Amino acid sequence: MQKLKPPSPWWTRGVLYFVVAAFYIPLLFMFFESVRFKELSGNWFFSLYWYEKLISDQSLITSLSRSVTVALGSSLLASILGTLTALALKKYRFRGILFLDYMSFVSLVIPELVFALALLAWFALLKVPLGYLTVIFSHTTFCIAFVSMTILARLNTLDKYLDEAAHDLGASLFQTLYKVILPVLMPAIIAGFILSFLLSFDDFLISFYTTGPGLDTLPIKLYSSMKVGLTPKLHALAVLMMLISVLLILLLTRIKGVKEIFFSEKIEKK
Amino acid sequence: MQKKKNMKISTETSPAQDAPKSIFCKHLKKKAKKNLNILGVIPSVWFSLFLFFPIVMTFLLSFQKRGTYGGVDWVFNLNNYGRVFDFVYLKIFSKSIALASMTTVLCLILSYPLAWALVTLPQKKKYVFLLLLIIPFLTNMLIRIYALKIIMAFDGPLLSILSYLGMELDPFSFSQNIYLVMYGMVTTYLPYMIFPLYSAMDRMNFSLVEAAQDLGASPLQILFQVLIPSTFKAAVTGSSLVFIPCLGEYLIPDLLGGAKTMLMGNLITEQFLKARDWPFGSALAMILILLLIIFVFLTNYLNKEKEKIPSKEQGEFLCKN
Repeated sequence: MQKLKPPSPWWTRGVLYFVVAAFYIPLLFMFFESVRFKELSGNWFFSLYWYEKLISDQSLITSLSRSVTVALGSSLLASILGTLTALALKKYRFRGILFLDYMSFVSLVIPELVFALALLAWFALLKVPLGYLTVIFSHTTFCIAFVSMTILARLNTLDKYLDEAAHDLGASLFQTLYKVILPVLMPAIIAGFILSFLLSFDDFLISFYTTGPGLDTLPIKLYSSMKVGLTPKLHALAVLMMLISVLLILLLTRIKGVKEIFFSEKIEKK
Repeated sequence: MQKKKNMKISTETSPAQDAPKSIFCKHLKKKAKKNLNILGVIPSVWFSLFLFFPIVMTFLLSFQKRGTYGGVDWVFNLNNYGRVFDFVYLKIFSKSIALASMTTVLCLILSYPLAWALVTLPQKKKYVFLLLLIIPFLTNMLIRIYALKIIMAFDGPLLSILSYLGMELDPFSFSQNIYLVMYGMVTTYLPYMIFPLYSAMDRMNFSLVEAAQDLGASPLQILFQVLIPSTFKAAVTGSSLVFIPCLGEYLIPDLLGGAKTMLMGNLITEQFLKARDWPFGSALAMILILLLIIFVFLTNYLNKEKEKIPSKEQGEFLCKN
């Protein structure tokens, strides 16, 4: 039972409300603008006109499918590699463990810009043509650490005699891994998958550097049309992208055990 | 019972316990299973292919020469680093550092009261607010900038309200300026400061605050003499989480700052994508990393200095309890 904490002074709550308002007022306004249809006479009314326009725009739909492909591919790869990283760091002794450890740390703290241009230069040097694969691989690299952090948090709560028990009952190392450890880790792996999907779907800078010509993902599309000018159709696009992210976040919070991982562990570890 | 709980908290907050060599290393165990080593090989190969070698390559690239048509001539020289000390570039560096530090300070000032309010809220309300704060943290930065741009646009609502009130404002400098860049940075990176502070305060022994209140301390005194000293480490962590991405930020100054606001991120992107001078761009990126390493060492030093004093006081305080 947690003891009640003495309430903070009123002005601290004022700061809280103020910050939440500063986050959400622009977003609410954007939503309002996207569902507002203005007639020539100056009257306006609620309509989903711009959303219909958006859905009928073929180039946006292809961008969306590209974004989803990239996000799916990289989150799938990242959850596999992240699981392996977490297992190697915690469960199985591995010689290059320091390297793996430092690399996961570096991938978290390196400025996105430096990472992006290093990848661009690297791909150019190896003469790898820029395209889907380069974007997917780049996204995977920065997602791995997030997945492995999520899984490590779960591994730390596990009973450490779990695999010994399995071993005593005659399971081989692989059987233990498949039948005992992976099922227990599943919620964390799924959480890591969704988190990587979110990060990859929203990423702009790394895709911007590593994507090939004519392969714009949704954020790149939004960026380049933003440079030209803001239109209600773009408002609708931004609202839709926002909604996708919010839905995924809500999904993420439904997974068992995620609350503990996110609200106490994650940022501290970073 | 109560005493036992206090003791437990005191061991949790004692800094000696969490001083791993590196962040992930605390998971290392002396006794671990053999075999299945292969598991670690795959991610290691992946990291070396897509993280380690690219960075090493960028480092090497910064010592080369730009080719005539934008390629790279592999001739070792130090000219790129000589060029960095041009007055124009030094001005951009100092401006970026100033902006990043201002953002960090603003985030600190906002986060302390905010985290305090958050920690003391009732459970249900707390989760609602945490969710409200985590959503902007995980959604696209581009969308938030976009939303801000709608409000600040030169035919947007804010300007029309202000001009209706009789204020004369230049619409173009109104929609793109350094203050807007700062606002964008603070709203983007504030969660990075809030969450470490929140979790540190959540683990903190709040009877300290109660005691201070009973002894007649004002809220500001509690903030400065109880909360800040006992969450100092988290504040340092938060500051580096804010400062590091701020220094290399590209998107916010590009979209909210206009052509006048040139920061390090924009400069590097310009060199890489527009001028096609990759060696010089890499040299600038290396300078950025160097600045960050200096910053990290500085914060580590600060942490160590601070650790010596309050941990002892805290220990004594808890022993007397």
